[in-house]
Order: sequence, then structure tokens, then C-alpha cells
Amino acid sequence: MPTSEVDAGLATLSDQLVLVTVLLYVAAMIGYALELAFAAPRTNQVSGARRKVLAGAGGPSADESAGSEVSATSTKPPASPGWAQRAGTVALVVGWLGWAANLAAVVIRGLAVERWPWANMYEFVVAICFAAVTAFLFMQIRFPVRFLGAFVFVASTIGLGFAVRYLHVQAGPVQPSLNTYWIAIHVSAAILASGLFMLAGVSGILYLIRKDGLSRLPTRTDLERVAHRAILVAFPIWTFAIIAGALWADRAWGRYWGWDPKEVWSFITWIGYAAYLHACTTAGWKGKKATIIQIIAFAALLFNLVGVNIFVGGLHSYADVP
Amino acid sequence: MATTSSDVKLDVTPRGPGGGLGVAGWLRWGWRTLTSMRTALVLLFLFAVASIPGSLVPQRGVAPEKVAEHFKNTPELAAWLDRLWFYDVFQSPWFAAIYLLLFLSLIGCVIPRTKVHLEEIRRKPPAIPRNLKRLPHHASFTEETTVDEVAARLRKRRFRVETGPDWVSAEKGYLRETGNLFFHISLLGLLVAVGFGSLYGYRGNVLLMEGSGFANTVAAYDRYIPGTMVSAESLTPFSFHLEDFNATYVIEGERRGQALDFAAKLKVTDRPGSPERDVTLKVNEPLDVDGTMTYLLGNGYAPTFKITDGKGQVAFDAPVPCLVVDSATFTSECAIKVPDAAPTQLGFLTRFLPTSVKLHDGTYTSAFPGAVNPQVEVWAFSGDLGLDSGAPQSVYQLETKGLKPLLMQSKPLNVGDTIELPNGAGSITYTGVKQWITLQTTYDPGRVPALIASVIAVIGLILSLGVRRRRVWVRLAEVKDGNGTVVEVGGLTRTEGGDAAFAGEFDDIVRALGARSAGTAGEKNAHQ
Repeated sequence: MPTSEVDAGLATLSDQLVLVTVLLYVAAMIGYALELAFAAPRTNQVSGARRKVLAGAGGPSADESAGSEVSATSTKPPASPGWAQRAGTVALVVGWLGWAANLAAVVIRGLAVERWPWANMYEFVVAICFAAVTAFLFMQIRFPVRFLGAFVFVASTIGLGFAVRYLHVQAGPVQPSLNTYWIAIHVSAAILASGLFMLAGVSGILYLIRKDGLSRLPTRTDLERVAHRAILVAFPIWTFAIIAGALWADRAWGRYWGWDPKEVWSFITWIGYAAYLHACTTAGWKGKKATIIQIIAFAALLFNLVGVNIFVGGLHSYADVP
Repeated sequence: MATTSSDVKLDVTPRGPGGGLGVAGWLRWGWRTLTSMRTALVLLFLFAVASIPGSLVPQRGVAPEKVAEHFKNTPELAAWLDRLWFYDVFQSPWFAAIYLLLFLSLIGCVIPRTKVHLEEIRRKPPAIPRNLKRLPHHASFTEETTVDEVAARLRKRRFRVETGPDWVSAEKGYLRETGNLFFHISLLGLLVAVGFGSLYGYRGNVLLMEGSGFANTVAAYDRYIPGTMVSAESLTPFSFHLEDFNATYVIEGERRGQALDFAAKLKVTDRPGSPERDVTLKVNEPLDVDGTMTYLLGNGYAPTFKITDGKGQVAFDAPVPCLVVDSATFTSECAIKVPDAAPTQLGFLTRFLPTSVKLHDGTYTSAFPGAVNPQVEVWAFSGDLGLDSGAPQSVYQLETKGLKPLLMQSKPLNVGDTIELPNGAGSITYTGVKQWITLQTTYDPGRVPALIASVIAVIGLILSLGVRRRRVWVRLAEVKDGNGTVVEVGGLTRTEGGDAAFAGEFDDIVRALGARSAGTAGEKNAHQ
């Protein structure tokens, strides 16, 4: 029997922790930005030490620029003043603290309402930001992606800020249709995939902003690699999320696929990322064109989250937007 | 198709066949164009774009009432949209054209790749290249070892191995292409399963009042949508009776009135003659009778009325299902048509307020969806209801044009209240409240095959994106003074973007082949 009991104290604590998270993410963002801004500019030409590793991974853009450009800085790794590097390290620590606060906010919200804490748009967006930061922080342990820090935290801060300002609803029980274990399976997968897609989307946007040549922004090769890796992981998860959603729809709505607006847009998103993966293996489509496809797919994902919930409606009307 | 660099699809723009190639030439050109990766990308893009109107324009299959509204508000635009199939995007010929072309392109890609892959699986790893130093990964060290030992160590790491007099060639990661092919073939399977389900399955909707029953026959449905291959006799012959429906709501706090649980108590007879069983139907818990599923979709109120006409005879005594106007408070509206009333027919509009409260301005509203203080407001009309005119009418609406208003204002009625209609036209008694539920029954023989295809697709996808195809070659040469063997190792991954991750594995392999790790690294770099 579902319960309508809400622990108000825990709910308030969760709301406060989200604010703490925002502050810590802003601090991390500033730290990373300082590190990036005062580091030496990089060229898209890969430096000698890196080149051997990246030779196969780089798209044609990297190879082309390598031939045409000769730059003094490209031969040594980007040097930056000591304090800028320290700012980056502080940002890393603060980022992890923010991550912990974000995790606590999600868990405590769940405890306050005794259900999975992603049943409305506020909870969903908070969880996606958490997933994106998680993807970044864990990727950073194994791969050199620190250069993305400022941008991931910008995106997450905007997401959380938007959630707090426009989407916040008091903690409470859910409609009967959401009261099932399927929410743990379907929505969790969607959150995880969305977080990774967000990481890829941030990289893709930077890729397009950054022109070839000298820039303080990370190189196109690096950006492309992060995006590709994130999508490789996210795409099967997204596929699974759609299939789990179909299984749930089969339990709840009497059909596994019915072209409900949310279903249509998750399908469009899926097609978009599938097109990206195909483009990545097609000569003449790698690099910029593939990145544009990826950004379009990411836009479809965002529209599915924001547009469909707020403007279109349909059966997935759980957003509970105030 | 996905992600190996050895893509069979042609990357080059297919050139036109030029003059004089004839029909066969054109056909070959058409097929090459259709199966090229560029066309596949364009079709994927079109597929996505074509589904957008399906989410922005209301669809007949999803929200028929909104389509009707379109036709009413903007008839000309609606007629054009209808001509272009915009209200049935996913059944439209142009949408079908896109996905059929896409699947054709897919078949044209899968068949040759399957052939190639089957050959590759049977083929031995390729012979060693002349110069291992030119490969992206390379190392060499001195160690006492033999071809057999190297081959054994590589086999232990689940490489497929081929040996020569002084070399070993090894390859692994065939599962990548296997997964890739399985993924794409299972997409075809999914399409077939969906098609099969829509041909041999059916869907029906019915509204059921508390205390009434349903038997699964075509005639019992309010709306019945069979697939083209379904015969009316093939419906599973179950039946059930709705004993009681219960909705639970949040009583207090900010979320007052939010639904917590819906439960419909049914007595189900699986087939004629079998014993009854109790089933509680809930939102995520459908009734399953031999694969025919019945779902609880909606609910509402049905106040019961007893209506006496001008001659003093009971002309109506039944529950009236009301349409929910405001789902937050379950304020509902319904129409009662009494064609049997004499001397003139009677019609009523009623507004049902489950928890009625009086506002400051004297009007009434519902404050809560549960039936705490269920009152009805009644408007009465007399005259010809137009039921014999032939024009279709909604049971929920009363066409009041041409009717004579009898009673325009009344206090809301409580259960048991009666109002006399003016001029001795009769009376109406509000006798009680029942609840109705809407059910959907679905039989879809394609759902299990679709699930199997989807599961295979996901597994195939994980393999095709997660496994890397890689080759390792080892060449052994005697050291000049006869002390030990120079072992030269080269590695290559054929997977896009896989080099960085392969570097670590390559180091492991080199170490496993006998290089003392510290010494190797330096030597390895020296060679590069």
C-alpha cells in the first residue's frame, strides 16, 4: 500500500543540500576555469609525446592541421603557472565535495518520501546533473579529461539552478502509475544515459566553438575522444532505457509502443546518436559533421526533457512542473 | 552500420552509371546507392525528422478527441493535414517508405557483411607484415623463448593464433562484428514482430460500471480495433464482473487530492464453465488471461438518477457515466437523455461535484476528488432530442439548441433529493453514486518476439561497441652470439578510437610474453 507520509525534516535537508551542491559546483567551476584560462594555449596539433597514442583516434581534422601548422608551443606540453594548477587541484577536491552533497541530496529526498527520488522533473533534473558530474569525475580518474571540468560544472550548475528556481516541488508521494519497481529500472537508465550524453554534448559544443589553431580551450582531438567514449557507453544504456520503458508501458498502458510524444522524442534521440555512431565510421563524416549530428541528437534529448514535459504533454505527464 | 573501419559500405559517392549501361547497370547503381553509408545516414536523418510531426500534431491512435477538436476549430487546415496523413504519421505511406527503404538498405548491408564475417571467422589470422616497427604499437626485447611458447601464451589470452617458422600472428575481438550483425538483424526481427503483432492482435476499450460485467466479445467493446488477420471468434472467451472500485487520495497537506492508489476488484471467469477467481486490477498490474491483457486505464463517477415523466411514469432509472472535466477535483459533467418520457422527451445536463463546497459568490465547486460530499447540479430541458434525425450524437453531450429550458437554476442536490420540474413535466431524483472504470484489453502476439529481438539487440550493441578487434604479431630472431632470442612484437587495433585503450593491453601482452617490465619500457620507447 503506498504511503503519503513525508518526513518534512529530511525533505528540507535535501533542499538545502541541493543549494550547497550548487555553491560547491560554482566554486569548482571557477577553479577549473582559472586553471584553463591561465594555462598556455594549445594548438590542435598533437604534441610529439601524445601523437603516437592518438594517431589512430584522431579524426581527419587533427591530421590535416598537423600537416599545415608549425607552432613553437606544440612541441612541449602546455605549461601554466603553479597557482593555476593548484586552482585546478582545489577545483577537483571541491568538485568531489559537491558530488557528495548532490548524492546526499538525492538519497535523502528518497528517504524523506520512501520511494525512488526521480518521479518528477525537479528530481529528475537533479539526478541527471548528478549523473553528468559522476561521469566526469570518474572518467577523470582514468583519462586526462580535466580540461572539461569548467564546462561540465557550468552545465550542471545551470541545470541545478533551473531545477531549483523553476521546477522545485515539495517532496511528496507519486501517482499510482509511478508506484512500481519499473521506475528504478527505466528512469535510472535514462538518467545515467542522459548524464553521459550531457558530457558528450558539452564536449561537442566546445568542439564547434573552438576553431583550429591556437586556443586556451582543449584540443579538438581531446574533445572528440571524450564525446565518442561517453556516447559509446551511453548509447547501449539509452537503448536499454527505451526497452525498459516499453516493458513498463506494456504493464501500465496496454501496449509496449504507442508513439506517445515522449516515446517519439526518445526514438528521435536514439536515431540521432545512431547516426552519430555511423558517421564516426564513414570517411568524410568524421570530425565536424559527426559532432554536429551529435549536437542535434543532444538537442533532441533536451527537447524531450524540457519541451515535451512542459509544452507537449502526453502520457508521460509526470513532470509535475509548478 | 556501426563501427569498424573495415566498413563494407562504400564510402565514395556512387557515380552514375553513365550512358549505355542498360537496365542492369541502373539497377546495380540504384542498389549501390541505396546501400551506401551516406544514403543510410540520410535515411536515418529523414526517419527522425519524419517522426517529429507525430509528436506535435495530435495523432488519431493516441488522442482522437484532440484530432476532432482540430477539425472543429480549423477545418480547412485540418483537411489538408489529414490529406498529408499528419494525423496518422506512423501509419502514413511516406513514413513507411522511409523505414522500408532504411531496412532495405540495412539488408543490403547486413548480407554482404555477414558473408565477409563468416569467411573471416573461418580464416586464419593474416601473415606477419614485413616491418613490425611501422605498426602503431611496437616493442622488442631479448628473452629465451620459442614460437610454440609465444603461441601458447597468446592462446591463453584467448587470441586466435597462426604460426610460421619464426613468427606468430594472433587476432581477437571477432565478437565485435558478430554483435554488430546480431544487433542489425534483430532490428529487422523487431520490425517483423511489430508487424506480426499488428496483423494478428487486437485492442478494445470498454467502460464498466460498478456492479456490471464484461464478456470478451467484439460486441461488448465500446471501441474495438482488430488487426486485419483477426477473426471475431478467436477472442479469448473470458469474462469478469466489477464488484467494487476504490481510489485512495492524499487527504491533507500540499498534495491534498493527489491519487495514491486505484484498485478494481474483479471476479474473473477464465473460460466458460471454469471457477471464478478474485483479481485486484491496479495501474501497473493488468489482468492476464492466456496472454490477453486487460488494463485499468481510467475512472470516474456515475451518479444514479430516477426520472419520472409528465404522465407519472418512471422513464429512466440508471447510473449516468460523467466525463471528468477537472482531474484534480473530479468535477464531472454528464448528459441524460430520456427519449421515452411523455408527453415530450426530456434532457438533462448535470454537473457532479464529488466534494461539493459553496464559494463566496454563491457558486459551487469540488474541493477534493474523493466522494466526501457528492452533490449534483441539474439543468433540465424538454423537446425533441433529435435522436431519430440520424446525425451522430455523443452520449456525454446534450444538443440544447431547439430544446425548451425547463429548469435553469437549482441548489445542488444531495443523494435522495428530488426536484419537481415546472409545468408538471415530471421530476428527477438523485438516488446515489457509483464509479466507472475504463479498461483496455490487448492481445498482441508480437510482444514476446519483440522483447526477444530487443534483448538480442542490446546484447549485440554492447558487444559491437564494447569489444575491440585487435591483432598482434610476434617475430623471433636468434641473437648473433647465440644467447637468447630477440622478440619483436607489433600490435594493431582495427577499431576506431581504440588505440589509447589498446596501448595498456599491448603492454600487458608484451609483459606476458616475457619482457621484464622495467627494461621493456625503455627499449620500447627507443624503437618508437
